[in-house]
Amino acid sequence: MTPGRGQQPLVTFAAVRAGYRQAVVGPVSFQVMPGEILGLSGANGAGKSTLLNALTGVARVFSGKIHRSPGLSVSHHRQRPVLPPELPLTGGELLRLMNAHHQDQPERLQPLLDKPLAKFSGGQFQFLQACACIGSQSDLIILDEPTNNLDGHAIHSLSGLLAALAPHRGVLLVSHEQAFLQDHCSRVIDIPLSDWSYQTP
Amino acid sequence: MMDLEMLTELFRVPFITGLLLTVVITLTGAWLRLREEWLAGLGLPHIAAAGGVLGTLIGLPVTLSAFLATGAAAGVKTLAGKASNNHFALMLILGWGAALMLAANSYQGEMIGEGLLRGQIYFSTLNHLYGVLGLGLLVLCSFSWLNRRLLVQQFFPDHHSANQIASWPHELLFAVILVSAVVLGTLSLGALPAFALFFVPSWVAFGLAAGWKQGLILSLIIGISAYIAAFLLAILLDQPFGPTLTLLLSAVCLLRLIPAR
Repeated sequence: MTPGRGQQPLVTFAAVRAGYRQAVVGPVSFQVMPGEILGLSGANGAGKSTLLNALTGVARVFSGKIHRSPGLSVSHHRQRPVLPPELPLTGGELLRLMNAHHQDQPERLQPLLDKPLAKFSGGQFQFLQACACIGSQSDLIILDEPTNNLDGHAIHSLSGLLAALAPHRGVLLVSHEQAFLQDHCSRVIDIPLSDWSYQTP
Repeated sequence: MMDLEMLTELFRVPFITGLLLTVVITLTGAWLRLREEWLAGLGLPHIAAAGGVLGTLIGLPVTLSAFLATGAAAGVKTLAGKASNNHFALMLILGWGAALMLAANSYQGEMIGEGLLRGQIYFSTLNHLYGVLGLGLLVLCSFSWLNRRLLVQQFFPDHHSANQIASWPHELLFAVILVSAVVLGTLSLGALPAFALFFVPSWVAFGLAAGWKQGLILSLIIGISAYIAAFLLAILLDQPFGPTLTLLLSAVCLLRLIPAR
């Protein structure tokens, strides 16, 4: 994917300091353009996930501003999505919640579509959630450590999905795997550890 | 023949009221389980019972005071953020203690308290039936929208906030349905029989079903079958309805032994 020229950014972070009870990251500035996969890297605790949560309204913006393009739709694959212990939802039903089409999903996911989530492994559930977010047709896809628990084949399938994204869509990707970031991102921004990064959220 | 006609006439309103309540409570129980709040089905009915008894002491209609108490508890829960089963356990302890303490200090309160905790389905009136019909209509009209909203919220918790979609409409609607189901269920079926319907059908069905839709349908089949069987058995064997229903639902739990698909 390459950023579209002359287009409005999907989202702009302007000197954003974000956190929960207090700021734990920032000030950070960047833009995500249509057609772009922007990577965020940094040490554990640097506040990468907090920045994503600030965009989704879970974390608080203490200063600075997040500008969204009008009507922006967002899907968020959270780090460590929780696999519910006993809900009879199938993989296919979860995809439909995000309006993701079955036929667009990788071959690797097909056998899981009729399987109840309770029988998924942690890695399978992680992969399904990532596919649901990417398949959702939202303008901006937020992927927080999407390769956690995934085997090589699943990571390869995920790479295929990212490579095939429509040019009007953008991705904000957090990963601790430098090789994955380098392989897929148009740009990578390093989020430095700040003094307040050590404070408990 | 006359006897049968008389019985049919006598039990028609209670039967239909209970049947519609069973449908609503069973569905709401499935949503509570989805939200990991299943103990609300036991905590809130006890608050409703305590509210109902309090109403008799201060001169308010039982239904109104039960609604006010349950609504207040649900409101506090909502304002306090995401509730856990710990909070509903606290409501259970508080409601049970308050209902029995208030009942012990007034003869009328004692009668009402007994009725609310054990159930008094045969005394269901047309007013109860109209209330349940209204609730059933609300659930029917909003089912598809609410069901989807609740599922999305569970599996993609920040999806609504990320897309600047307000969560309060579905939270409020769910609270209204839950509080109404709890109050009407407690008034008609009793606190424990209502809880049995909130808890058992979805617990059994979710262990057996291979899909959400299938889980809801199986929950309804279990709830409705147990209710009809309990209603008939209670009349034919001249036994109290509430315990008959809870014992039947307890027996249904044996289905949990069937390996999940």
